[in-house]
Amino acid sequence: MSYRFDFAGQQLQARPSGALFWPDRRWLIVADLHLGKSERMARRGGSLLPPYEVLATLDRLEAEIAATDPACVVSLGDGFDDDAAALALPDMLCDRLRGMGRGRRWIWVSGNHDPSPVCPRLPGETVAELADGLVLRHQAGRGPDVSGHFHPCLRLAGERRRCFLIGPDHLILPAFGAYTGGLAIDSPALSSLVPQGLAIACGGTRALPVPVGAILRRNHRA
Amino acid sequence: MTLPPDLQDWFARQGWQPHPHQIALLEARGDTLLIAPTGGGKTLAGFLPSLVDLKDGHKGLHTLYVSPLKALTADIARNLARPVAELNLPVRVEDRTGDTRSSQRARQRIDPPQILLTTPESLALMLSYEQAPQIFGSLRRVVLDELHALAENKRGDQLMLCLVRLRTLAPGLIATGLSATVEDPQALADFMGGAAVIQADPGPEPDIAMLATARPAPWSGGGGHYAVPEVLDQIRQARTTIIFINTRAQAELFFQALWAANDDNLPIGLHHGSLAREARQRVEAAMAAGALRAVVATGSLDLGIDWGAVDLVIQVGAPKNVKRLVQRIGRANHRYNAPSRARIVPANRFEVIECVAALEAVHEHDLDGDPRGPGPLDVLCQHILLTACAGPFDADALFAEVRTAGPYRGLTRAQFDDCLDFAATGGYALRAYDRWQRLMLKGGLWRLRDPRAARDLRMNVGTIVEAEMLKVRLRGRGGVPLGEVEESFAATLVPGDTFLIGGQTVRYDAMREMVIEVTKQPTRQPRIAVYSGLKLATSTQLSHRVQALIGDPARHWVLPPDTADWLALQDQISVLPRPGVLVSESFPFQGRWHFALYGFAGRNALQTLGLLMTRMMEEAGLGPLGFIATDYALLIWSLDPVTDPAPLLDRDGLRAGLGDWLAGNAVMKRTFRNVAIISGLIQRNMPGGRRSGKQATFSSDILYDTLRRYDPDHLLLRITADEARRGLVDFDRIEEMLDRSPQIDHRMTGRVTPLAAPLLLEYGRVPITGAGRERLAEAEAAALMAEAGLA
Repeated sequence: MSYRFDFAGQQLQARPSGALFWPDRRWLIVADLHLGKSERMARRGGSLLPPYEVLATLDRLEAEIAATDPACVVSLGDGFDDDAAALALPDMLCDRLRGMGRGRRWIWVSGNHDPSPVCPRLPGETVAELADGLVLRHQAGRGPDVSGHFHPCLRLAGERRRCFLIGPDHLILPAFGAYTGGLAIDSPALSSLVPQGLAIACGGTRALPVPVGAILRRNHRA
Repeated sequence: MTLPPDLQDWFARQGWQPHPHQIALLEARGDTLLIAPTGGGKTLAGFLPSLVDLKDGHKGLHTLYVSPLKALTADIARNLARPVAELNLPVRVEDRTGDTRSSQRARQRIDPPQILLTTPESLALMLSYEQAPQIFGSLRRVVLDELHALAENKRGDQLMLCLVRLRTLAPGLIATGLSATVEDPQALADFMGGAAVIQADPGPEPDIAMLATARPAPWSGGGGHYAVPEVLDQIRQARTTIIFINTRAQAELFFQALWAANDDNLPIGLHHGSLAREARQRVEAAMAAGALRAVVATGSLDLGIDWGAVDLVIQVGAPKNVKRLVQRIGRANHRYNAPSRARIVPANRFEVIECVAALEAVHEHDLDGDPRGPGPLDVLCQHILLTACAGPFDADALFAEVRTAGPYRGLTRAQFDDCLDFAATGGYALRAYDRWQRLMLKGGLWRLRDPRAARDLRMNVGTIVEAEMLKVRLRGRGGVPLGEVEESFAATLVPGDTFLIGGQTVRYDAMREMVIEVTKQPTRQPRIAVYSGLKLATSTQLSHRVQALIGDPARHWVLPPDTADWLALQDQISVLPRPGVLVSESFPFQGRWHFALYGFAGRNALQTLGLLMTRMMEEAGLGPLGFIATDYALLIWSLDPVTDPAPLLDRDGLRAGLGDWLAGNAVMKRTFRNVAIISGLIQRNMPGGRRSGKQATFSSDILYDTLRRYDPDHLLLRITADEARRGLVDFDRIEEMLDRSPQIDHRMTGRVTPLAAPLLLEYGRVPITGAGRERLAEAEAAALMAEAGLA
C-alpha cells in the first residue's frame, strides 16, 4: 500500500517498491537504477559479480509499470552505472526496456554516474534536469526539488530498509536498482538536507511513514 | 637416520634425554604424524631430522615449517637459533608471515633460507609467485605444527592443497605432522594424504577439577565474576596462571573484575586478538620476562612465550568440547612428566552440568570430535586461481595433483571442472560476455587472462572470514592504538557512548577514516564491547552426556548443591527434560512470546529445526521473529504464543520447508557470504585499502537472492547448500530426535524457567523475515508517529 503525501504543492504517492507516483500527471519516478553495475565492475577489474542485476531491476520496474500504467517514466539519474554500461547492455535487455516504454514518455535525468545522452538503443530522451510542476534532478540542490543520489536507508524493527525522505525543501528517493547499498538517514549528508520531516520506509507490503526527528532521537538513545 | 654423536652430546649438555618418539620420528622414512601431548618436545622432534640432514649444508630451502599462529613462528625461530648456533650448523632460519617486512620477503624469493617458518596463508601466497618452482624446488621436508588445530577448518584444507603443490615442485618431499591428542589419529593421518602414526606416551594424568567457590554460579550469564576471589587465590598460590575465557568481551570484563578485587596489586595482564599488536606484544614481553603472575586470554591466545613458566590453567566458562579442554589443560606445566594442573570455573549453572560431564569424559579418556567432510570447493576455487597466478597450468595435471590431497581424494572430475569453470568465467549462464573470463585456455594450458589480476587475487588469500573490524585509537597526541571492534558494533555507537577495550572504559568521540577515536572515561559505566567471540559449539557427545545427567535425578548428587537445587526448581516450575520425552515451554518475556524446546540434538540440528519450525509458525500466523539454537535447546520468539507444539513438529510439515524456506534464510546468507569471499566472488581487499562493509556498495545478501532467482544451479549456491547441509546437519538428526523422544510434554509457564534463562543470553540469533517482522515494523513506525504527534 502506497503512502500519500503533499510536497511542493503536489499530491504524491510513495510506493512500497521505492518508486514515486504522481497521480495528477501519471508519472512514475524511480532513482538510481544503476543498470550495468556488474558489467562495470568486471570491466574495471573488480569483482566478477553475477550479471543479473539488470534483470532483477527490470523485473521490479516492469511490475511497477504494470501496476500504475504511467504516462511517463522518469529515471532520476544514475540510471546506468556509467555511460559505457548503458552501451554494453545486451540487445535483449534494451528490447525489453523499449517494450516497457512503448506508448509512454521516458525521461532519463543525467546523474553523476551517467552524464552523457542515453544509448540510442534505449527508449526516451536525456535531460540534465526537469522543471515541470516539480523540479526533478539527480542530486538535491536549491529546493524544493525531487532527487535521488543518496540511497537513503533507515532501520525499522531491526531491519534495514530503503526509504524516501520528505522535508520542506527536498524529497529524496531511495535507490531502485538491485545492487545498490544505502546511506543512513542520520548521516550528515542526509540530515543536513532533511533534518526534519518524514521518512517512508519501503521493502514491505506497505510504505511506512516515520518521523525523521524520532529516528534521529532513537538512534541517539540506543 | 640415527641421532649423530654431536647431537647426542648436545642433548646431554642440556641435561636432556631424547624422548622415544623423537627418536622414532628420526628413524621414520616416509610421511609421519606424531601425536604427543603439549610439552612432549614435538616441535624439536619435527626439526631433528632436518638438523641432522643440514649438518653438511644445503643449497636453498630445505625445511618448511607451517604453524597456524604467526607468533609461534617467532617463538620457534628463537628456540631453533640455539641448537643451530651451538652445533655450528650452516643453516639460516627465517620466518615469513604477514608481519614480515616486504624487503625481507623479496629477498627470500631470491635467496631462501634453509629453514623457513610460515603460516598456511603465507605459504599459499608464496606458491602463487612465478618463482615458486625455484624457491621450493630444493625442499626436502615440511613440518606441519598444531595440525589438529589446522584440520578443524578450511585453513587445513588449503594447507593440504598447498602441500600437494609442494610435492609436485619438490618430488620426494617428506612431510611430518605434529598434533596434540586427538580422538582419531588415523583420520588426521589420512587428512595429510596418508602418513604413519607415531603415538607418544601421553604422560601422567592431569590434575583437573572444578574450582570450589564460596558463591554458587549464577543462573545465567557468561562472565564467571562470582569466582573472582577464588581465582585470585589460585593466582597467588601459583607461579604463573593463564585464565582462558571463551570470548574477548568476556575476557575484558573478567580482567576488569579481577583488577577491581586485586588488593595485592598482583601483576595481571590481558591478551586477546582484538587488542592492538603493540599492546599484545607488551603483555607477551612481560610474560616472557616472568613479570606477570597471570594473563587473562581468549582461545585465540598466540603467546610466543615459554610455556614452562605456566603452572596453572584456569578455564572460565564451559569448555564446550572435551578434546579442546584436554589440549588447553596441556598448556599448564610445560614439562613432560609432571601432571598439568587445571581448574574449571563454570560461568552459570547450566555450565556447571556441562563441566561435570566434561570432567567425567576427561577421566574416561572419551575424546569427542566430528569427522570433517570432503574438502570444500570454495577453497579449491581459490587454489585454482592462485595456481594460475604462479603460471600456466594443465587442467588434467592439476586435477590429478589435487586428488592426492587428503581432503580432496574423493573429488570428481565434474566437481573439479565446475571449480575451474567458476575460476575461469564466474560460472555464469551469460558467459558469452568475454569480460567474465578470468582465466583463458591457450596452447592447452590455463592462464590468467590479465596478469594484473594476480595482485588482486594475492591480496585476498586465505580462508578465514572474520567480521569486519575497525581500529580504535585514543584521540589527540599520538593517537595511541587500543585495539579493534567489530564494525557492526561501531555502527551502533553515537558520540558520548562508552565501551570497554583493553580493560579500560573509553568514550566514543568520532570516526575518522575508518578509525574510531575515543577518550578515556574511567568513571562511567561502559557499554559492553561486542567483539566477535569464537562461537564454540558443544560437541554432540558432550551434549548427550549433559542430557543424560539432567534427565537422571538419581545422579544429581554429583552436582554442586546449588545446581541440583536449580534443576529441582526447574522440575517444580516446569519439568525436567528426560529420556524419551521432548520437553518444551512457552512463556512471555520482554513483550515477546518465547518457546523453548529441549532437544539435545546439537546446535546444528536444532538450528535446522528452528528454521523449519519458524516456517510452520509463520503459516500458523504466530508471527515468529527469530530464534537461537544451542546444543541442547531451541528458543523461538514470536508475537503470539505457541500453545501446542505438536502440529509444529509434524514431520511432513517440517519436511515441506526444507526447500525454499531453508534456502531463503539468514543462516544460508551467512554461509554464502563466506563461500563468496573464499572462492573469490567478493574481494575483501582491493588495491588502495581494505573496503569496509559500509563502503561496500551492496551486501552479499543481495547477490545471494539474485543468484538464487536467476542462476539457481550456480556453483557457489551448490557449495553453500552443501555447507549448510553439513553445518546445519541433515534432516536425519531431527527425525532421530523425534524418534528418540516420541512423547511431547509442553508447559505454559507464565515466566522464564530456570533452564531457559541461559538461552536468553546466547548470541548468534537468527532473525526471521515474515509477517511478524512486518507487523513489528508497522507497530514501531506507528509508535514513532504517535510520539511525534503525527498519528
